[in-house]
Amino acid sequence: MADLSNNFVGIKSPNPFWLASAPPTDKAYNVERAFRAGWGGVMWKTLGEDGPPVVNVNGPRYGAIFGGDRRLIGMNNIELITDRELQVNLREIKQVKKNWPDRAVVVSLMVPCEEEAWKTILPVVEETGADGIELNFGCPHGMSERGMGAAVGQVPEYIEMVTRWCKANTNMPVIVKLTPNITDIRYPARAAHKGGADAVSLINTINSITNVNLDNFAPEPTIDGKGTHGGYCGPAVKPIALNMVAEIARDAQTKGLPISGIGGITDWRDAAEFMALGSGNVQVCTAAMVYGFKIVEEMISGLSNWMDEKGYTSIDDFVGKAVPNVSDWQYLNLNHITKAKINQDLCIECGRCFIACEDTSHQAIMATKDNVEGAERHFEVMEDECVGCNLCVNVCPVENCIEMVALDAGTMDERTGKQVSGDYANWTTHPNNPGAK
Amino acid sequence: MSNTMSKPGIASDRLGSEQYQDVFADLHAPLSPHEALVEAGRCYFCYDAPCQTACPTDIDIPLFIREISTQNPLGAAKTIFNQNILGGMCARVCPTETLCEEVCVREEAEGKPVKIGFLQRYATDAAMQANKQFFKRAAATGKSIAIIGAGPASIACAHRLAMFGHEVKIFEAKEKPGGLNEYGIAAYKTVDDFAQKELDYILQIGGISFEYGVKLGSDISLDELGEKYDAVFIGVGLGAVNTLGIKNSDAKGVVDAVDFIEQVRQSKDLSKVKIGRDIIVIGGGMTAIDAAIQAKLLGSENVTICYRRGPEQMGASKFEQDLATSKGVMIRHWLAPKKIRSKKGAVKGLKLEYTRLNNGKLEKTGEKTSLGADQIFVAIGQKLDAGSLQKLQISNGRIKTDEAGKTSLAKVWAGGDCIEGGEDLTVTAVANGRDAAEDIHATLS
Repeated sequence: MADLSNNFVGIKSPNPFWLASAPPTDKAYNVERAFRAGWGGVMWKTLGEDGPPVVNVNGPRYGAIFGGDRRLIGMNNIELITDRELQVNLREIKQVKKNWPDRAVVVSLMVPCEEEAWKTILPVVEETGADGIELNFGCPHGMSERGMGAAVGQVPEYIEMVTRWCKANTNMPVIVKLTPNITDIRYPARAAHKGGADAVSLINTINSITNVNLDNFAPEPTIDGKGTHGGYCGPAVKPIALNMVAEIARDAQTKGLPISGIGGITDWRDAAEFMALGSGNVQVCTAAMVYGFKIVEEMISGLSNWMDEKGYTSIDDFVGKAVPNVSDWQYLNLNHITKAKINQDLCIECGRCFIACEDTSHQAIMATKDNVEGAERHFEVMEDECVGCNLCVNVCPVENCIEMVALDAGTMDERTGKQVSGDYANWTTHPNNPGAK
Repeated sequence: MSNTMSKPGIASDRLGSEQYQDVFADLHAPLSPHEALVEAGRCYFCYDAPCQTACPTDIDIPLFIREISTQNPLGAAKTIFNQNILGGMCARVCPTETLCEEVCVREEAEGKPVKIGFLQRYATDAAMQANKQFFKRAAATGKSIAIIGAGPASIACAHRLAMFGHEVKIFEAKEKPGGLNEYGIAAYKTVDDFAQKELDYILQIGGISFEYGVKLGSDISLDELGEKYDAVFIGVGLGAVNTLGIKNSDAKGVVDAVDFIEQVRQSKDLSKVKIGRDIIVIGGGMTAIDAAIQAKLLGSENVTICYRRGPEQMGASKFEQDLATSKGVMIRHWLAPKKIRSKKGAVKGLKLEYTRLNNGKLEKTGEKTSLGADQIFVAIGQKLDAGSLQKLQISNGRIKTDEAGKTSLAKVWAGGDCIEGGEDLTVTAVANGRDAAEDIHATLS
């Protein structure tokens, strides 16, 4: 069995599956349940400065959107940082770390943007024996209006400044958690890097309104007839997170900066994808909140089996392996030509590929109606029309029924009437590009 | 004190009166809103959907299921009623396993079709419960149409004609409307007097009136109606039954299965319906199954269906056959009735001869067997009572019509089981009635 042990910026854990700073890591009770279930580490839910704790709303905190069969595909929340006393949290962190020395316990922090505030909290956290800190520069609601969370994360200069204060005032590794509510994720990542961050973690949640109640016309979750934007997470945000992780992983200025991947990770495959794009480990929240902590068993066995199958003995064997394959559009090979191919044995003849192509794309699928005399219901790709767009693959309800097949060099592309070239050629050299050299 | 299942002969109250309601309860409980959402979520919203093609009334099934899944059951009901105003009854009685659900791509993909019939019931029930009316009469045209028979073909025809603003008069031989929906469908498929409730819902469109106890031939004639009305639609169904033609067919205890089913449906107190301890049902169609199951439900100890061919040739679907056997009915194949045994004029049993196929032809093998019985239900098919329809062209024993339902006589249309090619299905009858109404309207306009 593959070795799943993880060393992330010097923090060791038996596996790379950590729980993100969120409701599941708010107190010892939950965290110990998570560790018993097999999670490799936790980001303890964000602590604020000493004093009266923040208060949460006393109505719905979560909103959600669903796929078929009410499967939750996206969730948002308007919960704030921990609403428990700082001392209670510190005491529990210390005890949990003592009870579970092999697991990672990293403490998420958010205090006002003044060096004094950070200088005050860092030593008391360090005293717990925690493995590191994560700076919550991402929380998009409630705290940002008070000049914390995303309000810091959206200003690269602040990120750099606070990161530097932390590095100067603690020996613990400093992980900077980034907000996706910005235009270009590379700028905050570079700022964290410049400030001396040991790693970045991303993404935090996305500003969102999940639903509008059509009876009282209030956004959901609704508190007394009003709603506010909350932080969006869950499977639906995974593509956004993957792209941001990749952007940082391949940026010349942040290349090599350790990344803890977050965003809709639900199963081992999601985790492997984040890691392939450069995440040294992953953090999970929504999936645990939907299904409970037991899902980590599936993640461990799935990742382990996949690694065995691929011959990877440790996580380092594949972390970042997909990064070199993330490119800019202009460098994609325009001579690479694919055509959709329907496997007629697997086809259940729902016709969705046909109508998607016919109504919205390239009219490249032929439908034979079974009520036309002698003809059986049948769908077939017309290669002379197919541009290889992949829409049919995505709308097909049967896995692997439609595949994109690349044309071999030297064969004829029936759509263009031209021979397929085996040479790589991209937009930068294309004759239609006015800027081509 | 009630009788028991084992009491010999023909007896009532074999179960004990409190049992009947449970035993004859709805065959399938209606879907709850949650069940409906889960099931609707399974539909792939196919292009040119095979289910719709398979539906004789061409209901836009993917659309109505999508409407259910977006919590718009009234929209779904309208989509159904647009094509099939008796969509509520069809949801209950359609052999969906041989129509829409048989060709569902989920059947192809995983052997479990979307439960289209149940979803259709969910939507139509919602509309009926809300008494939401989707159709209005057009301005009166001044034209009037006579309809003979008040079964599903006639009701569908009447409703569509009323929509167009025509005046419709329905002449029905029995005392109630509904035809086979009211008299000929197993009680557990249409509980709570659904057939009449559905009619009450449909007839709210207005412009449709009835005359009961009026029989074509003895009370009215086609000629007379043709003179008085702008058009005539015949939806008389199959009023006569095939006869056994074997010895002692007239013995006491030989019962026409259609009459038995009607008796059960019309009974106000099922404990009063007399039923034999040992029953033989002769036949292999839906009528045979409905009679056999209801005999069993009434407390018969042994109910055996004898069919002269194999399971594949049975008119009843696999689902219906399985339903019967699950209720304890024995189905025996390759047995042809030879002679009814009787004592003092009452049925004692049935002699049968084994059959087989020889080059596609059914032949008797010469081997014989015998079964004891108190009652024998005959369910070997119905036929058109053509006596009063002499002026119409008859083909293969039924009224000949064109695609639109027009008969050989000017001004006369027909539909449902009484026409050639009729499939003995409610849903086909509805399609016939609806299409004939369209043609009548086009002709009168």
